[in-house]
Amino acid sequence: MKHIISIKDFGKEEIDSLLARAGAIDAAPQNQKTLDGKQVALLFFEPSTRTRMSFASAVARLGGTTITVDSVEGSSISKGETLADTVRVVSSYVDAIVLRHPKEGAARLASEFASVPVINAGDGAGQHPSQTLLDLYTIRQSMPLKNIHIGLLGDLRYGRTTHSLAYALSNYNVTIHTIAPPTLELPESLVDELHRRGCTVQEHADITDIIPNLDVIYTTRIQRERFPDAASYYNVAESYRITPEILDERKEGMIVLHPLPRAGEIDPRVDELPCARYFEQARNGVPVRMAMLEEVI
Amino acid sequence: MEDKPQGLLISPIKDGTVIDHIRAGAALTVLRMLGITGQTEEELSIATNVTSMTCGQEGKKDIVKVSNRELSKEEVDRIALISPKATINIIRDYIVAEKKGVETPKLLYGIIKCTNSGCISNANEPIKSAFEVTEAGLHCLYCDTVITTDIESHII
Repeated sequence: MKHIISIKDFGKEEIDSLLARAGAIDAAPQNQKTLDGKQVALLFFEPSTRTRMSFASAVARLGGTTITVDSVEGSSISKGETLADTVRVVSSYVDAIVLRHPKEGAARLASEFASVPVINAGDGAGQHPSQTLLDLYTIRQSMPLKNIHIGLLGDLRYGRTTHSLAYALSNYNVTIHTIAPPTLELPESLVDELHRRGCTVQEHADITDIIPNLDVIYTTRIQRERFPDAASYYNVAESYRITPEILDERKEGMIVLHPLPRAGEIDPRVDELPCARYFEQARNGVPVRMAMLEEVI
Repeated sequence: MEDKPQGLLISPIKDGTVIDHIRAGAALTVLRMLGITGQTEEELSIATNVTSMTCGQEGKKDIVKVSNRELSKEEVDRIALISPKATINIIRDYIVAEKKGVETPKLLYGIIKCTNSGCISNANEPIKSAFEVTEAGLHCLYCDTVITTDIESHII
């Protein structure tokens, strides 16, 4: 039985294989009925729009059906039931479980107690492998996944998407440029790990210093609660905002990604530029998650 | 009646385990790691900050003697986390029957509390904490937190 818990569980060949399968699905989405007669539980104990709906769409497009929990209040966890018990019980109803949970490591725990495959749809500030795979898929639509320069911009300390993406990209001989406010830099332990995996990581204070060299800008939300007051937040947030003027210096073929939701990190005028790929990135969640579901069921 | 050597800081034990060359000041932590408390039945002798010619520049060590109980290798290997130079002597009838060093285990279950309050291992779930011992530190197998310093204070 195969689970999908962390991007770290995947080698380069497995990632390439999943992305290729997502590409094949994308090319002929109506021809896939590989989950015909199968049922998937979507256990979302934390709010989510894109991830939950795209998994639901992916299951339906594969011919399967879903049963859903979309809040702690709507589940027996509110009565004190452990996640381990919930997962054991739900396993007896369905063919796979997709889990979103506020605690880090929840999906790993679920995989230890479930009798069906578990897919991690995000656990706290920890892992979110389907997001990473769709990020890679979106980059691969525009350029080969090798020898690229990618800028990671925003809150890099607490952003799980950038952590997982950086780790996954270290399979592909890329150069990672980090651009983050002080105290929100990529964790040192992750930078050390990326170096050990042969990845080059360069830190920058200002995106304008590096933008002409970048093939990809991956920007993330800077969370207001990380700052002592609103004024210091707005000062920092403004410095990490992507605008058409900043993008004037971009390399031809460069793309801008964002895991969404955005909260001012990208000027809406950027939406009209050909480099804006974040809505395409969100759309790619469906074929990528279809490939993941096929992989485990 | 058996003769016992006299004049030592702690009397020899007839049967049991002697953990020697414990890092000075770490004896009580060692007992905690072994689950030995004032409520358990073991007969104990503990010496701390004992002068030793074989303990490097500091020249101090701790010793723990547990009578009538032979600790398993797995039990004592946990001690390597805080005192990698400790030695284990299994005593039978006043004689050292086995002598061995400690080895750092590769995996630790239920010994260390994860420092990440958001980790599922700190929630009310029927699991033990799980850590892999790596060069970088102790790696939580649930949430990927790596503990690099002050390991003693995270021992359950």
